[in-house]
Amino acid sequence: MKRERIVAAMSGGVDSAVAAARCVAAGYDVIGISLRLLRATDGHCCSLDDFHDARAVADRLGFPHYVFDMTEPFERHVMQPFVAEYLAGRTPNPCARCNEHVKFGLLWERARELGATRLATGHYARIGVDPASGAPSLRTARDPAKDQTYFLFMLGRRQLERTLFPVGELTKGEVRAEAAALGLPVADKAESMEVCFVADGDTAGFVERHAPSAALRAGPIVDDRGRELGRHGGVHRFTVGQRRGLGLGGGERRYVTGLDATTGTVRVAAGEGPAPHGLVARGVSWAAGVPPASGASFAVRIRHRHPPIPARLAAVRDDAVQVEFTAGGSVVTPGQAAVFYRDDLVLGGGWIESAVTGTA
Amino acid sequence: MRIYLDHNATAPLRPEVRATVVEFLGPPANPSSAHREGARARAALETARAEVAALIGAAPAEIVFTSGATEANNLALRGALAAAGPAAGLVTSAVEHASVLDTARALAADGRPLAIVPVDGEGQVAARDVIAAVGPATRLVTLGLANGEVGAVAPVAEVATALRERNVVVHTDAVQAAGRMPLDVSALGVDLLSLSAHKLGGPAGVGALWVRRGVRLRPELTGGPQERLRRAGTENVAGIVGFGVAARLARNELTDAAARMHALAERLWTGLRARLPDAVRNGPAAGPRLPNTLNLSVPGCTGESLMVLLDLAGIAVSVGSACAAGAAEPSHVLRAMGRDAEAARGGLRLSLGPTTSAVDVDRVLDVLPGLVAQVRGGAAA
Repeated sequence: MKRERIVAAMSGGVDSAVAAARCVAAGYDVIGISLRLLRATDGHCCSLDDFHDARAVADRLGFPHYVFDMTEPFERHVMQPFVAEYLAGRTPNPCARCNEHVKFGLLWERARELGATRLATGHYARIGVDPASGAPSLRTARDPAKDQTYFLFMLGRRQLERTLFPVGELTKGEVRAEAAALGLPVADKAESMEVCFVADGDTAGFVERHAPSAALRAGPIVDDRGRELGRHGGVHRFTVGQRRGLGLGGGERRYVTGLDATTGTVRVAAGEGPAPHGLVARGVSWAAGVPPASGASFAVRIRHRHPPIPARLAAVRDDAVQVEFTAGGSVVTPGQAAVFYRDDLVLGGGWIESAVTGTA
Repeated sequence: MRIYLDHNATAPLRPEVRATVVEFLGPPANPSSAHREGARARAALETARAEVAALIGAAPAEIVFTSGATEANNLALRGALAAAGPAAGLVTSAVEHASVLDTARALAADGRPLAIVPVDGEGQVAARDVIAAVGPATRLVTLGLANGEVGAVAPVAEVATALRERNVVVHTDAVQAAGRMPLDVSALGVDLLSLSAHKLGGPAGVGALWVRRGVRLRPELTGGPQERLRRAGTENVAGIVGFGVAARLARNELTDAAARMHALAERLWTGLRARLPDAVRNGPAAGPRLPNTLNLSVPGCTGESLMVLLDLAGIAVSVGSACAAGAAEPSHVLRAMGRDAEAARGGLRLSLGPTTSAVDVDRVLDVLPGLVAQVRGGAAA
């Protein structure tokens, strides 16, 4: 009998290696694919070592492995929007964009061409099945510290049907132990935390190298009463909520409350001012296909590694929503994702447009 | 049993070559040594030099062994220009191998005038365009004799003849032509010619630059008297004797091998065109072409997906240019032929060798159309 073919996306790291290994153990006909996303001139080496690691894992487990060049689409779908978002005074979320357009978009297309029925990745997330309808749903990983659903919220039902997250039921420790037990050469490999295309974490430098010079301009740093406290070298150097590196010297603790790219203004406030009590998000997709009823309660995660905060759906218009925090305020960073959860179930998510402040 | 149709990347080591190489792996073999061991190595080295010279109709003393064609091309370009003075410039074409094109660009970055001559939609460079690009500062013209991606054969002899009285050194990278078409340095009229052993069934890591007597060349590697002071370093004797055997076999078998490869490549193309009527053959339609190379694009199919599916089906082919990781990049050759980035990624190259059989070709004809249907239609039922 012909085995079901699946493509295992392999970054060269331990998570995707164990994901692929689990697919082999489950009896699938596995093809490992690594994506070349960066050109050699982008600061990194073009990830050659990672490809070698992925290939070593494939050799060890006895399945074929290939590298596909996706530098051009990665530039178009991820790197260019990343720069544009920073220039617009927003803080982008490139991993979610990459998942949406590159991994679960273009790579899936390639997998389909290769005769694969499903795509397996090393993401920490789970796919549940509704017992009544049989419809798949995105659920958080068993290891809450590693959960990556924040970057996967846009996966729709049809995508989830053809996706496998083989390490979603494991903790990171269990993944490493399984890799070691299989003799995989990446068992102890360090994790990559930074944005993969920004060398040494210098986001501002990356934006400056890739932006048109006319788009980079200095501007004022003003407080909540409009007083100019200092100057800055461009809104792309700031993130809403940022407290350090404001260049305002000592004195009062201040944090960034807003970035206005049109005037080049960085707004700051002192100490622990009133935090936003809600947000507006756009480009929202819902797992159920339709939004929940207005007033519905859920929890919203507005940053990776931050716990979801209690909230309610205040208003829906087309693909935009207004969400109210029901248990205190929080810093809201435009450009990041807002992902809605009910317990371990991902209800949907979108892109933060703005914070809601003041009295409703 | 796998079918190997990627001979333009590298060819399998021929058994006769292997036997000779193994013979020279082990005993001490430094040709510069005065003792008997050294003398044996020297004799073998000079025999190989004569065999390689004979492949191209040259005198043995004009052969400089190198670590491969990449080094030979570097020595030709850098060495000839260094000898010609700091302002000497060069002319090349847009479809050269990276070891020529990137080296030419590096020389241009150092301030040397560089002209890169475009090609037509079939990958052919016109002799008159090359000649017209030669300016007062030009001291070197380098033109690949046969293109490894699409098989176009360049008018090297015509260019060399036209430049004979112009104080310009003419170099040709003949790596893809060797063993596939007759090579004669007198007929070509060139001054420098690069060869590689592993494309002929010799070992990788060995190549040669033929340097016409009297051509001035500054060495790139210094620190020893080897190769008549043109390439310092103890010779890779085992590799070089393997190159010699491969060159002899290639010369003896050329007529038959070229005819056989040509017949099989045409059988392959005719059969594929009948099964895939919209497939396009990239490269010269009528002009001179390598007998073993078939580069095709299948509309609606990424070349990479077809390459992977063929590989899984036991057939090794390649897609245009590959980076160090093996990922297909848009081919600079297809780009130079006017294809857009997507089409330049789609070219599938099948390159035959002297051992390719009709059974191999027929297997591709059986398998490829089904894979094309799969790529176009998505998951196979």
